[in-house]
Amino acid sequence: MALALQTKGLVKKFGGLTATNDVSLTVEKGARHALIGPNGAGKTTLINLLSGVQKPTAGRILLEGDDITGLSQHARVRRGMVRTFQINQLFGDLTPLETIGLAVSERNGLGMDWWRVAGSKRALLEEISSVLERFHLADVMNERTAILPYGKQRLLEIAVAIACQPRVLLLDEPAAGVPEDERHEILASIAALPADVTVLLIEHDMDIVFSFAQKISVLVNGGLFVEGLPDDVARDPRVKAVYLGEEAHV
Amino acid sequence: MSSATSSILRRASDSLSARVRWHPLEIIFWIVAFAMIWLMPTRHLIMTEIAWLGLFALSLDLIVGYAGIISLGHAAFFGVGAYVAALLAKHELINEPVLALLVAGLAAMAVGFVTSFLVLRGTDLTRLMVSLGVALMLRELANQFGWLTGGADGLQGVVMQPILGLFRFDMFGHNGFVYCLVVLFVLFLVARRLANSPFGLSLVAIKNNPLRAAAIGIPVDQRLIVIYSIAAFYAGIAGALLAQTTSFASLDVFSFDRSADLLLVLIIGGTGYLYGGLIGAILFKLMQDYLSVLTPQYWPFWIGALLVAMVLIGRDRITAWNAPLRHLAAKLDWRATRRAAAAAAAAEDR
Amino acid sequence: MLTILFDGVAYGMLLFVLACGLSVTLGLMNLINLAHGAFAMAGGYATVVLVNNFGVPFFLSLPLAFLVAAVIGLVMERAVYVHVYRKPHLEQVLLTIGLVFMAVAGTDYIMGSTQVFAQTPEVLQGQFQFFGVGIGRYRLLIIVVCGVLAIGLQAILTKTRFGSRLRAAVDDQRVARGLGINVNAIFALTFAFGSGLAGLGGALGTEILGLDPTFPLKYMIYFLIVVTVGGTSSITGPFLASLLLGIGDVAGKYYVPKLGAFVIYTIMIVVLIWRPNGLFSRASTK
Repeated sequence: MALALQTKGLVKKFGGLTATNDVSLTVEKGARHALIGPNGAGKTTLINLLSGVQKPTAGRILLEGDDITGLSQHARVRRGMVRTFQINQLFGDLTPLETIGLAVSERNGLGMDWWRVAGSKRALLEEISSVLERFHLADVMNERTAILPYGKQRLLEIAVAIACQPRVLLLDEPAAGVPEDERHEILASIAALPADVTVLLIEHDMDIVFSFAQKISVLVNGGLFVEGLPDDVARDPRVKAVYLGEEAHV
Repeated sequence: MSSATSSILRRASDSLSARVRWHPLEIIFWIVAFAMIWLMPTRHLIMTEIAWLGLFALSLDLIVGYAGIISLGHAAFFGVGAYVAALLAKHELINEPVLALLVAGLAAMAVGFVTSFLVLRGTDLTRLMVSLGVALMLRELANQFGWLTGGADGLQGVVMQPILGLFRFDMFGHNGFVYCLVVLFVLFLVARRLANSPFGLSLVAIKNNPLRAAAIGIPVDQRLIVIYSIAAFYAGIAGALLAQTTSFASLDVFSFDRSADLLLVLIIGGTGYLYGGLIGAILFKLMQDYLSVLTPQYWPFWIGALLVAMVLIGRDRITAWNAPLRHLAAKLDWRATRRAAAAAAAAEDR
Repeated sequence: MLTILFDGVAYGMLLFVLACGLSVTLGLMNLINLAHGAFAMAGGYATVVLVNNFGVPFFLSLPLAFLVAAVIGLVMERAVYVHVYRKPHLEQVLLTIGLVFMAVAGTDYIMGSTQVFAQTPEVLQGQFQFFGVGIGRYRLLIIVVCGVLAIGLQAILTKTRFGSRLRAAVDDQRVARGLGINVNAIFALTFAFGSGLAGLGGALGTEILGLDPTFPLKYMIYFLIVVTVGGTSSITGPFLASLLLGIGDVAGKYYVPKLGAFVIYTIMIVVLIWRPNGLFSRASTK
């Protein structure tokens, strides 16, 4: 089966600390792949390396077979790999409509267009509206993002990434901080992604992980610890030990 | 397409096109501005100054208000524009002012493009330092190349030819004012278009959150380089207008005071909506006119006091002075009212 | 040649005393303070007035200059600066530019716009030869005073309880607060002390730098260079940066007088491109 994303011997050091330790991960095309691990295991660092926010100390990253290790963040997005953030990273002064509109026009290469009015193309408008509708943002589309309730901001956080039409989507704890009763909106929107979109999910919440993932990788102390089908990982005594160990600390 | 989707689409389309629609107050603003050509002919000299200062502040707004870059050296580009325009006229290289204006703007733009790479790096403080350093360096250069620039005495003996070969720069500044106003208006239209384009939106996104901007595929550095260069072009044009209307350029065009005053001009009017620089320029010049007659030497003291007061009281609260105006504006905008009514009716249908 | 080096070192040390307060306040509160030179000017004028008008001995006027500037610094910190710590950098820039303008015009109003000097005692005038190197007495005094101060500061920072608290607060304010360190008080004290040092530097510097109301504007860029090039993580960085700047400036003006300040600006820009966080800063990014 074709690989969507692959890392080879990925290492990231901060001074004396090794945050990512020789990670060789493979994510198959169309996979629903989850990355779990106790606090401080280096999950977010790994996402930062994959998306280009940080440069690895050593190792390579391949996207659909091409080496993207040296590419900038935006170039990776243009190649179809998009991420979300654990803590909302939104544009406070823009409205959801403008935010989604921006993402859609960037993807269509209109970012440097300084003459045409934003959103004057019918096809783009249709796309923008459909994203707004799918993520239940239509009723607040003209509010400033900064004043939206947290739940809506979280939806927008995911919606912006979807508006980039990723082929590989990196979700960093999409339901973080969202109350139980509002989670289904976010989870449903993720579940509704087309089957050919590859999803790498980082999550703390085991219910979400096991309801969603077809494959699970466990990260401990920056290194890949166990990998396998959800049932196998759930039964693995080493994984239990790691998580129990963590709880013992807490 | 479902009816819900098509209603969303219509609303989205409406909101996006509302961004660019001309507000009645904007139209009034420009009608009044052009009416000044006939209304107050004796005040055209100061109005000329307001026009180029407004353009200069508009250019700063593009980088501060839209892209979020703090610059303490915007006078660098103003100065380049001024000297280029003055030199072109003095050595009769390009005699036609409009063409010379364009060349001066492009020269400033080139300097802006080169220095933008320096300004991109680092934090607010290093940006500030580098922008300030560039302006000081250019001033020093202009000072050292006295044979070309006249050094500390300034560049004298500039004789301007008629605009388009038709309109002479008269000593009362009538034609000069019309010239500056037209240039300002044209460049304002372009800036307005730009601010409402996807490009303009991407700048605000970068200002708000550069990390996320990159994560949705916006090449952050490239956008900043482009807007910095455009702003430098605008500043260069403003400087060239000064040089052309006064037939003079001196080291003072590069000075730190000029960059600092400019920040004040923009702050008085408010950032990020394009009119801030223009309104600020009007208020600033009127204030200067008044205060500097009172205490010519200590005029900087009042500028300083105003800056301190604005920050301490809070800029949000100060720019709230136009809240009643905005309220009035909303009422005036009958199209908005009609839209609101339509929306309310639609909501009742549901 | 060695004389130039000597003058450069004196100049650099002076710059260090003038600017080190700025470096600490920037590191501690992430505050961009463009008005730092105003405190130096206050110290300078204090000395001039005390010596010339009241006949206070020059050496006694130096600690007084420190005090005057420190008190002004403390008052300004509590009254004005405290409001902008949490505001964006643009607000800080606007506020402190405003203060600079007020200081310049206000001083002009009170003291007049001409350059002033303090009468220095005879011991400090002229120069003597030392192994063929011309040593200016006044510059020697500067090196001694500033050298002692630099060593003293380093000792305070590394050896005392206050110093360790200060370093903790610079490293991570949140954690420092959590440990029960009164960051606000530390900052007020540091700000006052830094202003005092600037005042002392201003007092010492009247002879070399000249003193007139435009002082804060003229030397603003120099202070900022010291801070940005030196980084804010230690005082060794600004110290080395000051020496470099001092020597570079004096040598530049001596060997290539035609280029003037051009050399310094060029060096600054090159350094900032090469190391945006400063030449001597730790490699870590905050």
